[in-house]
Amino acid sequence: MNAPPPPLAPTGRSQTAGDLLEVSMGPHHPSTHGVFRMNVVLDGETVVKLTPVFGYLHRNHEKIAEKNSYLGSIPYTDRLDYICSMTNNWAYVLSVEKLAGIAVPERAEYIRVIVGEMTRLFNHACLAGFLLQDMGALGTPLMYAFREREKILDLFEALSGSRMMCNYMRFGGCRCDLPEGWPEKAARIGAGFESFLDEFEALLTGNEILRARSEGVGVLPRELAVNSGVTGPGLRASGVNYDIRKVDKYGIYDRFKFRVPLGERGDVFDRYMVRILEMRESLMILNQALHDLPDGAIIDPKVRLRNLRPKAGEAYGRIESPKGELGFYLISDGGPIPYRYRVRPPSLINLTVLEDMCMGHTIADVVIILGSIDIVLGEVDR
Amino acid sequence: MQTLEQIKDRIAAALPGARLAVIANASPAGQPSLLLDHEHALEAARFLRDAPELRFDYASNATGVDWPERTVKERVKVKKMIDGVEKETEELAERKIPGCLEAVYHLYSMELGQGPLIIRLRTGNRTDRVTLPSLTPVWRSCEFQEREIFDLFGIVFEGHPDLRRILMWDGFEDHPMRKDYAPAASGEAKA
Repeated sequence: MNAPPPPLAPTGRSQTAGDLLEVSMGPHHPSTHGVFRMNVVLDGETVVKLTPVFGYLHRNHEKIAEKNSYLGSIPYTDRLDYICSMTNNWAYVLSVEKLAGIAVPERAEYIRVIVGEMTRLFNHACLAGFLLQDMGALGTPLMYAFREREKILDLFEALSGSRMMCNYMRFGGCRCDLPEGWPEKAARIGAGFESFLDEFEALLTGNEILRARSEGVGVLPRELAVNSGVTGPGLRASGVNYDIRKVDKYGIYDRFKFRVPLGERGDVFDRYMVRILEMRESLMILNQALHDLPDGAIIDPKVRLRNLRPKAGEAYGRIESPKGELGFYLISDGGPIPYRYRVRPPSLINLTVLEDMCMGHTIADVVIILGSIDIVLGEVDR
Repeated sequence: MQTLEQIKDRIAAALPGARLAVIANASPAGQPSLLLDHEHALEAARFLRDAPELRFDYASNATGVDWPERTVKERVKVKKMIDGVEKETEELAERKIPGCLEAVYHLYSMELGQGPLIIRLRTGNRTDRVTLPSLTPVWRSCEFQEREIFDLFGIVFEGHPDLRRILMWDGFEDHPMRKDYAPAASGEAKA
C-alpha cells in the first residue's frame, strides 16, 4: 500500500481581496498554443502573480514506453513535440545507442544532421510567425513561415512517408536511404530559405511595432536562466553561451563550422533575434552537410532492432533540440523493455521562469512572453 | 572533469560525516552515479554548485525511479561438514533487496562545460518513509520536476516551496509511475 499523500493546497485558487482580479487564462485560449492554463492575478491589467496549471494533455507517455520495446517507442516520441518529430527521434535513439553501445554509420550521421537542422529551421520560422501572430500581425508572417515549412515537410514525406510523424531514425542509423534526387532538392530548398529569411527580416526585424512590443519585455536575467534550467534559444538570448551541439559535440557536430548567436538583454526581442540568427547558422550547417554527404550504409547491419536487450545499466543522452535540451534517461534491467524511460522535456522546464518574466507586465505582454518561450504541450504534459 | 571518486573525496572532506557511495553503471555509457545521504544532500548539492573547480550550476534532469522489493538468486560459497570433513561448496541462495524510491539528478556545469554528474537519493522504503530533501532551493530547475516526481512516484520533498500535484488532478490519490500501480484500484473510475 502506498502512503496517504500529505494534505495539499488546492491548485489554482489564490486569496485575493478587493482590487485584484484573478483570471483563468486558458486552457482553450488561442495564445496558449495548446491546452495550457495560467492563473493570472491582475492589478488593473498588470500581472502580480501567475501560476501555470499543467496536465491537460497528460497521457503518461513514460509509463506507456515502459511497457513497449525499445523499437516500439520510436514512433511514440514523434508525438512529444509534434512539430519536431525528427529531433525527438534523434534524442531517443542517441540514448538507446549510449545504453547499448551501438555505433552509427557515417552517412546516417550526416542525414541526421541534415534533417535535424531542417527541423530547427522550420521550428524557429514558425515560432517567429506565431510570436508575430500573438502581437497582432494576424496571418501574414505565420503563413509565410508555414509556406516554407511545407516545402521541408514535402521533403520529409518523400523521405519517411509522413510529413510530421516521421518515425525515421533507428538506433544504429536511419530507417531508409534518401530517395533519388533528394539532396539536390534539399539544397534548392535551403537556398530558397535563405531568401525567405531575407524577406522575413526586411518585413519584421526593424518593424516599429515589433520593437515596441518586444524590447524590454519579459527580461530573463542570466543567473536566473542558468539556475532555472532554461535551455535552447531562450538561454542564449540571456547571453549564456551554451549550445549542446558545441558542448557535447554529439553525432558529427564537431565537423561543421557554425556560430552560436547570443543575446544581450534576454528580452522577447532577443529571443526572436537569436532564433533568426540561428536559422542562418542552421543553413550553413545544412549546406556543409549536404556538400560532404558520403556514400555508404544507412544503418549498422548488426544491430538488433527487434528484441534489443541492452545490458543492465543506465544512460542519459541529450541533444540540442530546437526548443532546448531534450534528453532521455533510460534504465535497462537486461530485458527487452526499458525498466525506466524518462523524457527531459525542455518545454516544461523552460516554463519554470514564466512567472518571473511576466511579473509587472500587462496581460497582453503575457501572451507574447509565453509565445517567445516556445512550448509544445505534447511535450510539456507528456 | 574530475573523476567521480575525486568528487566524492572532495565532498567527504568538505562535509565530515557525509555518507557517500559510488554506484557503478555496467552500461557502455559509463555514467556512474553518487549516492548521497538525506542529512547532507542539500549541503552537498550547494557544495557541488559553488565549489570553484566543480561549479555544477545547472541541474538538467531530475526524475524518480521505483524499485520494489525484489529477490535475487546468487551463488554463495558455504562451508559444510561432509563425512566429517569440512568442505567448501557452492549453493544457490536467495537474497532480498528491500524496496525504495530513488530520485536521480543529472548535473552539468555551464560555466566549465562539463558533466554529467549524476547524484541519487534513496528513500527508506516505499510506504511510510518516503521523504527526501528537496534540491529546489539549490537549483530552481528542479521545481517542476520534483513536483512531477511527487505526483507520479510519491516521493515527498521536504523544503520544496510549492509541492502539489502537477500532471494528475488534485483529487487523484495514487502514484501512476510506481511499478505496482493498478489503475482500477486507484479511484480513476470514480473521478
